[in-house]
Amino acid sequence: MLRIDCPCCGVRDHSEFRYGGDATVERPAHDNPDLDSWYRYVYVRPNPKGLHREYWQHVLGCRQWLVVERDTVTHSIHSVSFSRRQRA
Amino acid sequence: MTPTEKRFASGGYLDRSQVLKFTFDGRQYEGFKGDTLAAALLANGVSLVGRSFKYHRPRGILSAGAEEPNALVTVGTGARREPNLPATMLELASGLEAASQNNWPSLRFDVQSVNSLFGPLLSSGFYYKTFMGPSRRAWMFYEHFIRKAAGLGKATTLPDPDVYDSRDDFTDVAVVGSGAAGLSAARAAAQAGARVLLIEQDFEIGGRLLSEPAGAAWLRAMRTELEEMANVRIMRRTTAFGLYDGNTLGLIEDADPFAGPVMAAARKTFTLLRAQSIVFATGAIERPMVFSNNDRPGVMLNSAIRTYVNRYAVLPDRNVVIATADDSAYLTAFDLLARGARVTIADARPLAEPTLLAKAKQMGAEVHLATNVADVKGKYTVTGVVLAGKSGTAGVSCDLVGMSAGWSPVLHLTSHQGVKPVYRPEIDAFVPGQLPETQFVAGGAGGSLSISAAVAEGASAGRAAAAVAGKVGVVAEAPALEIEETAGATTVYKPIFGQRKAFVDFQMDVTLDDIQLAHREGYESVEHLKRYTTLGMGTDQGKTSNINALKVMAKLRGISIPEAGTTTFRPPYTPVPIGAVAGRATGHHFRPYRLTPIHDWHTANRAQMLEVGLWMRPWFFEACGTDVNTAYVNEMRLVRSTAGIMDISTLGKIDIQGPDAAAFLDRVYANGFASLKVGRARYGVMLRDDGIVFDDGTTTRLGENRFFMTTSTAKAADVLSWLEFLLDTAWQDLRVSVSSVSDEWAGMSVAGPQSAKILAAAFPDIDFSNEALPHMGLAEGAFKDSPLRIIRLSYSGECAYEIYVGASNGENAWRDLIDVGAAYGLKPYGVEALGALRIEKGHVAGPEIDGRTTLSDLGMGRMVAKRSGYVGEALSHREAFQAANRQRLVGLKSIEPGKRLRGGALLFAPGEPLQGHGRGRMTSITYSPELDCYIGLGLLAADFKGDEVVASYPMKNEVVRARVVSPVFLDPAGERMHG
Repeated sequence: MLRIDCPCCGVRDHSEFRYGGDATVERPAHDNPDLDSWYRYVYVRPNPKGLHREYWQHVLGCRQWLVVERDTVTHSIHSVSFSRRQRA
Repeated sequence: MTPTEKRFASGGYLDRSQVLKFTFDGRQYEGFKGDTLAAALLANGVSLVGRSFKYHRPRGILSAGAEEPNALVTVGTGARREPNLPATMLELASGLEAASQNNWPSLRFDVQSVNSLFGPLLSSGFYYKTFMGPSRRAWMFYEHFIRKAAGLGKATTLPDPDVYDSRDDFTDVAVVGSGAAGLSAARAAAQAGARVLLIEQDFEIGGRLLSEPAGAAWLRAMRTELEEMANVRIMRRTTAFGLYDGNTLGLIEDADPFAGPVMAAARKTFTLLRAQSIVFATGAIERPMVFSNNDRPGVMLNSAIRTYVNRYAVLPDRNVVIATADDSAYLTAFDLLARGARVTIADARPLAEPTLLAKAKQMGAEVHLATNVADVKGKYTVTGVVLAGKSGTAGVSCDLVGMSAGWSPVLHLTSHQGVKPVYRPEIDAFVPGQLPETQFVAGGAGGSLSISAAVAEGASAGRAAAAVAGKVGVVAEAPALEIEETAGATTVYKPIFGQRKAFVDFQMDVTLDDIQLAHREGYESVEHLKRYTTLGMGTDQGKTSNINALKVMAKLRGISIPEAGTTTFRPPYTPVPIGAVAGRATGHHFRPYRLTPIHDWHTANRAQMLEVGLWMRPWFFEACGTDVNTAYVNEMRLVRSTAGIMDISTLGKIDIQGPDAAAFLDRVYANGFASLKVGRARYGVMLRDDGIVFDDGTTTRLGENRFFMTTSTAKAADVLSWLEFLLDTAWQDLRVSVSSVSDEWAGMSVAGPQSAKILAAAFPDIDFSNEALPHMGLAEGAFKDSPLRIIRLSYSGECAYEIYVGASNGENAWRDLIDVGAAYGLKPYGVEALGALRIEKGHVAGPEIDGRTTLSDLGMGRMVAKRSGYVGEALSHREAFQAANRQRLVGLKSIEPGKRLRGGALLFAPGEPLQGHGRGRMTSITYSPELDCYIGLGLLAADFKGDEVVASYPMKNEVVRARVVSPVFLDPAGERMHG
């Protein structure tokens, strides 16, 4: 069981969360009509070995979308932050 | 020796005041509280306890712990029959019924032991080579008989009558194992201020200390101290079987057989333990030696003999040969000698510790250095051994053989997370590799085989583990433990080749010859060796066999042990019953289910309920027919001719507020929402980023900055998460907040020509005229003390209203509508009719929005013709989605009278061979009372020419001709719903 330290709710089991995919890819602007930008955003992933930033939502808690820095080799979690605070 | 001579009158960890009667293979015996089944059997002179897996060889008790490969028994009868339990771990209880396994007709006269005579034939791979050779069919014929001959105990096929529990637990420090290291670690961590959970697989605390008479006082003192500490919990009879991410341990706890009949006491309890830090103090397991007939009943591990003598006060037999390559065996010899046994020591090493040799000789043992056991005589019991030394071979008569080939640290848990074990040549064993900063090893598990080292390592591991949890209180020195110790192995034990029936894996019947065969045939890697010979694949997971096998293979290949590598350890450490993991989540409690606020009315009014996802929904009401096929058609007629009422509380409902709410919806829906007027509703379709349709529903504008969205029942949770994702990550500049109100509102739909009249009668304060409340209009009000929203929406194609009311008044509103509506002929209808009505109207639903279809596929491309900037737009334009053979929504109508259509049928052109995937597929079907035939929706290649298809349903061998028509079968102009 991964244990995710939600900045709102504290340390919780990963079964309370929903995985939301790669947080390093930049979503194109909503009105960007460029097919290639969207293709790369939706389908192209580097699949790194080691540290990776990914989205998780605390669905059975505060419902915040979080950015979790996880090591894909050891599954150890290095940081957890609100996704809103990341960009704002 | 007679059985009564085998049990000492005093000593050991037994409660001799509690005499326990038990049976083994139908015969009654007695033991004491504190015995394991194995100890009690040995005390009763029972040494033959089972037959081996493949050769049906007689087997006895090898060990005194969880590593036992031989003495596997079946306990209980009927529905409670549980197979393959190691007798060495079974706590003796009054009335225990145990039976030996894998023998017929009896343990002593097992017919299939003739397999032994064919031993040379039954080598690894024999069955496959012989019976698979002729043909695949031959194997399928023989397999049944082969599987029947080989095997372990049989599990019951009856439903399990027992209760299991599963629970969650938390601790600062988990200490696995309560030997010297574990006790010391638990004490130090607790003194530092940490909450400590000490986990012991045995029913007695102490581990190997229980076999050390000199350690008894220390053990007692530590145990008392720990039991008195408020921040220490001790779980006995509990095995930590697996280590998972985030320092999570899986624990399985056996019920205390002496706890008495407590109501609802679980037979086993599964615990998911989250620990901030873990100390692995799991000790070490002694390895057997590999020599001819080393599997005979009466050949045991030296450490096990010592445990039986000291902990259980049993002398298994009096004439003993101790074979060893390790100093620790001398302690067994001393204890046996002190109990009056005659001991011959065959030490494989050319030299041994002089003080041990001197003491052994002084106590009366005969010691032979550089001497190995070459063979064991006797079949059901040991009658003697052949010793091979420098001066040749010699027979020695004896009735018990002990063996020691060194120790294997129990590092299974430490490697479950992928930490590779590391070979340490000086102790000839693998030890845990570099563990994460929150995990520690102490004592035998880390390769420290002396008890004083275990105490010291335990204390420092306990302190460090507490520090991980932020607890750094003062730790007092642990009491000193004075004990006679040996240095451990001084030479590396090497199996000697050329011996027949020299078993490496006792449980899977894998011999030295089998490994040599595997090597000859090229199965050299340990992983191949394991799969070819089945070595290590028994219920004991090769706890006693892995290292010996590795050594044999390393020697055959002329490489070092670390080069040969080791197989991967995976959970569980010992077998775990599935029932315990499930706990009480079985049958009706397997998963939660959701009830609408009107549920009780449905069940009280003869609704047949249907599970829809987690929801329980009315399938049909018996008021319209007692079987579904009659009822749903009658319910459809009801809606088309008068009016029906349907519970739609399961729809997802989302409250959307904020100055940018309209702009937000304009992006998330493919069709536009910015222009939606206050007090009006609109049907909307959402796409995924990849351009595929995600969900549909209606959204009503309650105010300038406030919207009420409904989603499909199935996608409610996904849609909410998706909206939150967009707002939290991509569009943080939009001032919008979304909140689920699914459970706050009960929903019901009244549909049919009489619906406006019924609503007007039920809610006299609201004007239901076409002018005041047109199609897609909203009326707000109050019902009792709840808010009320009525939205004129149609799913069935009839004039219809969705009524939303505070959930606590849901059933009241429903009852009012039923009461008032009765005069107009209103009756409830269920999801079967709902689904059929929407097919007649050509509305798409889950079967069409299946994660593969685009807006154009579903005939809704025009909705977005002039729009841009919505989710999924860019990728919806990609080339593949515009292909000429893209499957598009069509209506299908059976043109063979009396023949039904089937969802999932493949569509072909008339005359085309009915092969492959066809040109499309049927997605939804129903009988249409309006058209008096079966109709359906389907997806059919857009370049399909012609207006007729053949629908093939191979599962039932049905072929029906159908006409391709518009998906809107009923009222294409929409006159009915606009009223």
